[in-house]
Amino acid sequence: MMTSTMRLLEADQLHLWRGELQVLRGLSFSLDAGRCLQVTGRNGAGKTSLLRVLARLLPLESGIVSWRGSDTSKDTFAYHSELAWLGHATALKGDLTARENLLYSAGLRRAITPDAMNAALAAVGYAHSDGHLVRQMSAGQQRRVALARVLLLDSVLWLLDEPTVNLDAGGQEMFGGMLQAHLERGGLAVVATHQTLPLPASRLQALELA
Amino acid sequence: MSAPGASRVSSWRAGLLLVQRDLRLAMRRPGEWLQPLIFFLVVTTLFPLATDPQMSRLRDMAPAALWVAALLSSLLALELLFREDGQDGSLEQLAVSGLPLAWLLLAKCCVHWLLTGLPLVLVAPLVATALGAPYAAIPGVLGALLVGSVTLSLIGAVGAGLTLGLRRGGVLLALLVLPLAVPVLIFGARATALAIALEPMAAPMYLLAAIAVLSATLAPLAAAAAVRISLE
Repeated sequence: MMTSTMRLLEADQLHLWRGELQVLRGLSFSLDAGRCLQVTGRNGAGKTSLLRVLARLLPLESGIVSWRGSDTSKDTFAYHSELAWLGHATALKGDLTARENLLYSAGLRRAITPDAMNAALAAVGYAHSDGHLVRQMSAGQQRRVALARVLLLDSVLWLLDEPTVNLDAGGQEMFGGMLQAHLERGGLAVVATHQTLPLPASRLQALELA
Repeated sequence: MSAPGASRVSSWRAGLLLVQRDLRLAMRRPGEWLQPLIFFLVVTTLFPLATDPQMSRLRDMAPAALWVAALLSSLLALELLFREDGQDGSLEQLAVSGLPLAWLLLAKCCVHWLLTGLPLVLVAPLVATALGAPYAAIPGVLGALLVGSVTLSLIGAVGAGLTLGLRRGGVLLALLVLPLAVPVLIFGARATALAIALEPMAAPMYLLAAIAVLSATLAPLAAAAAVRISLE
């Protein structure tokens, strides 16, 4: 019981092949509540693959990813319901406004009050009026809306793949604050980024993929 | 961070929201969804022009014209079903949402049918009359197309899921879906022919309905598996 509350996310001997290439060779790590795993590595080292494996979008050759002490391949629904995923694609619809986008994506998973929506949009520094369609926004503003969805999902585990792409200096700072607040509430995050994360060493765990 | 399970949305409501989203998106760009309907109208109006314009001959050909046009126009529309959601990452989000993917895809199929199948059914009386079908045959023609178009949307979803990752998946999609759609074509055209001849059409309709029920239960599960494979 002790270990299951301490080590929320555990990866054990992950092996993954993509065609001829072995991307993950027996990777193991564990992550406690309130900590962030920063994944780095050169381009093509398998950062995205690792995150997709952790989100169970990619099947593993061998190895176990466990959440709260149980294998995530057994109870994927329970695992996914505590997970917020943000990949390269922002999953925003260009022909909907920011609010509609959030309502129809985060809203599928939990009831969203207008107050929560406003709070999330304010937290990411969203700066458009309500009638604005997403396709009329800059890439940085779209990224902020996608991050607002991560906030609205209110999940324990964040899996973020290059979340600060297209963000300006202010946006990167905003993301740092958002991540720190999440960790302080006992959340976990696995983030693939080369940006220096403004986190105390006690909260940060580094993983470099070769 | 609330406890897991608090303020969670029911699957039913999630499906409704997805339906609402797709309808709203379709309303903002109607051109895409009108294409299959226009295709259906063009093919069925070209048929009488290309043949001997005798009512009796037209009437013999009407079931074939209606059903081939309906099948091809539903194939044309299939590419729209998951393509955009696959490209912009929305399907990925649905796949990790902790909700049953098959259910969410079924909701998407419903919208797809509302936008591409239902319009065909609605214009079918006009088209059938133009092809020489008697007025008394219209309910039968409508019924067969209604059941058939639902089935075609559901079967097509499996193919659309499998060809999701392909850049030019159109031809492959047609090759994958056509063999599965052939029974629908055969029984649908047969039912329509009997309706136009004002004879009892129960037998092919039962078979058509059986295929519809089978695809409504199995196709979403197969489509969900196909989409998961395509997302890898």
